[in-house]
Amino acid sequence: MSTVFKPDESFRDDFTFRNSPQAIRRFPLPFPEDEYMYSVNIEPHLPGPPGSVTEFAIDIDEHYVAECKERAIVLAGEPLRFQALPHMLSAQWDCLELIMESLARDYPAHFSLAKQGNRWHWINRPLQIDQSFTFGDVATLPQPPLEYITRQTPGDWVVMDQRDGDLWAEAGMVTTQADWSLDFDVGMRFNEWHGPVPLAHELHVFDRALKFLLNLRLGAPVRRLNWTMTINPRLDTAPENYPKWGPDRTKVTAQNAGELAHLRVELQALWRLPRSNGIVFSIRCYLIAVQELATIPKWARRVHRVLKNLHPALVDYKGLTRYRDAVVEWLAPHDDGSPTTSGTAPE
Amino acid sequence: MSDGQTIAVEVTGIEQITPLIKHFTLARIGGGALPAFSGGSHIVVVMRGEAGGSPRVHRNPYSLLSPPYELDTYQIAVRRMEESRGGSHFMHDRLQVGSGLEIAHPVNLFALDKIARKHLLIAGGIGITPILAQLEDLHGGAIPYELHYSVRAPEHAAFLARLRAREGDRVRMYYDCDGQLIDFEGLLAKQPLGTHVYVCGPAGMINRVIDTARAGGWSNSHIHWEQFSAPPVGDAFEVYLARARKSVHVLPEQSLLEAIESAGVEVPYLCRGGVCGFCQTRVLEVDGELLHHDHFLSDADKAKCNTIMPCVSRARGKQVVLDL
Repeated sequence: MSTVFKPDESFRDDFTFRNSPQAIRRFPLPFPEDEYMYSVNIEPHLPGPPGSVTEFAIDIDEHYVAECKERAIVLAGEPLRFQALPHMLSAQWDCLELIMESLARDYPAHFSLAKQGNRWHWINRPLQIDQSFTFGDVATLPQPPLEYITRQTPGDWVVMDQRDGDLWAEAGMVTTQADWSLDFDVGMRFNEWHGPVPLAHELHVFDRALKFLLNLRLGAPVRRLNWTMTINPRLDTAPENYPKWGPDRTKVTAQNAGELAHLRVELQALWRLPRSNGIVFSIRCYLIAVQELATIPKWARRVHRVLKNLHPALVDYKGLTRYRDAVVEWLAPHDDGSPTTSGTAPE
Repeated sequence: MSDGQTIAVEVTGIEQITPLIKHFTLARIGGGALPAFSGGSHIVVVMRGEAGGSPRVHRNPYSLLSPPYELDTYQIAVRRMEESRGGSHFMHDRLQVGSGLEIAHPVNLFALDKIARKHLLIAGGIGITPILAQLEDLHGGAIPYELHYSVRAPEHAAFLARLRAREGDRVRMYYDCDGQLIDFEGLLAKQPLGTHVYVCGPAGMINRVIDTARAGGWSNSHIHWEQFSAPPVGDAFEVYLARARKSVHVLPEQSLLEAIESAGVEVPYLCRGGVCGFCQTRVLEVDGELLHHDHFLSDADKAKCNTIMPCVSRARGKQVVLDL
C-alpha cells in the first residue's frame, strides 16, 4: 500500500486533521467487546495483517509528516519534552538503531540505512533528510541520538533503565501524550510513574506487568492498546498546558460531540534494548473523531455501549466527566440495540 | 515457543585454555552480525545429542565473554564438569570446528548498574566469563573499576593474558595453591560510597561476598551475583501434567524441565539455572517432597510446596501433579 502523506494537516489552532476512509478502516479500535475494564492485555508484537497498524514494528501512516511537524512545533516552545539522564546514552543509541533498522527494512521507498562498520548513512525521503554519522559518536549528529531519531518517528518514546529489580523512566521524547508529563515523571520507578492510575493497583496490574517486563526478551517485543478521549484532534495534551486545552471539554454538546470528541487510542509497544539492557516503551497515538468512527455501524454501537457503561472511576481518570453524556447522546441514534460480533473488525 | 526464536550458529574455533576449560567461538551460519548484547549476558545453547540410542536435548546457559561491540562472533567458555549430566561433556567431547548449534537470544541477569560510582568485580574460576564482557563495557569509561580474580593455581587462570594486556593493574590475582585468599572484609570495608560489587564464582565465594557486604551495611541494590546452578543429578521420579494429561518420567540425570520438554510440553524459560523465576510452575499436589535447588524462591515460598522451578528443582516420592 503506498501511503499518501498529508503534510499540511494540523493538530492545533484550526485542527485540519482528518482520517481518510482507509485510515478509518485500519483504526485500532481497542474494544473487542461491548464493555471495558483493565487487563494486562499484553501480546507479542508480531506482524499483523497487511495494511493494519501492526503490519510493521513501527507504523508509518498518512499523518506521518504532519505529526513530525507538530513535534517540532512543541519542541521549539518546550525543549524539555525531550530528556535523557546521562547514564542513558547507550540506550539512546539502541533506540536509534531499532528505529532506523525497522523503518529502512519495512518502508524501503521512504527510508534507507547503509552501514560500513560504525559509519552509517541514513536517508528519510518524506522529511528530506540525508545524514551520515558515526554510530556511538554523539558529535556526529545534530541532536542527541534519541532526540534526533524521535523527531522523525511517530509516537512518544520512553526509555527505561533496568536495575534493582525495577524499571526507571530515565529518557524520553513525549509530545503526543494523554495528560502526563515526562518532566514530572523522569527518574521515577515503574509503580511511581503509574501511581495516578485508579483501580489497576488494586488489581495488581502493575505488579504483574513489571514482573513480566523485567524478563522481556531481546527479539521478542510485546504490545498492548490503551485508550482515552480528547476534544479536537489535539496530539499534545500536556498537563503543563492544561489551560490551553482543558476548557475545550466544556464546549461539547450532544449536537457537536461527533465532530469535537475524538477517541484517542495508544498502540503501546515495548522492546528490550540490546547494549543497554534497558526497555523502550513506544506510545503511538491514533485519533479518530466520533463521527468518523460512526461511519462503521458496528463501531458506533460498540463505542456507545462501552461509554455508557464505563466504570465511574475510569470516567474521571480518563477526564471524560464533563462530556461523556454528550457523546453517549450523540451516539445513541446509531445504536439500534442489535448485537455486535466479537472482535474489532469493522464487519 | 519456549526457546523463542533461536539462532543457528556454527563452531568456528575451539581452544583448550586450561586443563578443564575450553573456549568456543560461534558464528551465525551463513554469516552476518549476531544480536548486540550487554556485558553480563548469557545465551542458552541447545545441544541435540543422544543417550542410549534415543535423542537427548541439553539446554545449558553460558555467559558471553566476547566484547559486546564485536558481533561477528560470540565467545563462550565451558568448564568440564566431573559430574556432568551431559551438557559440558557434549561441548567438550562432541563439538568440532564446523559443528552446528542453536542458541537463544542473549539475556542479561547480571547487568552492570549504570549509576554506580565504582564497580568492584570479584571472580572465582570459570566465574570470570560474564565479567570479561562487563570489563569491555567498562573499559575506557569514566567510572573506576577493579577486578579481583581467584583461581586454584596459575594454570587454571583462564584469559589472564588478555586481562593483563587490557586491564593491567586493575586486575589482582589470587592463587589458592600459594595460600592467597581474597580478604573480603578488608576489600569491601575500604570501598567508597556508591560502589557496586559483582561476584561470580563458586557458591561459597558468592555467599561470603553477600554475607560480608550485608554485615558491612551494603544495600542489597549494590550487591550483584550470578550463579547458574547446573540441575543436580538425583533419583528418578514421576510427575503428572494436569492440563496436558501426561505422565512424565524424570531420569536421574535429566532435569524436570528437560523431561517435560521431551514429553512435548513447552515451558517458558530464560536462564535454566534457577535464577530468573521465569519457569515457575504451580504444584497442584505432592505426595512426597519437593527438592528446591533454585535461587529465586524465598525459604518461606519453598516451604509452602505449591510452586517449583523445574529447571533445577526435583521431587522425591510417589506423585507430583503440576499445573501444566
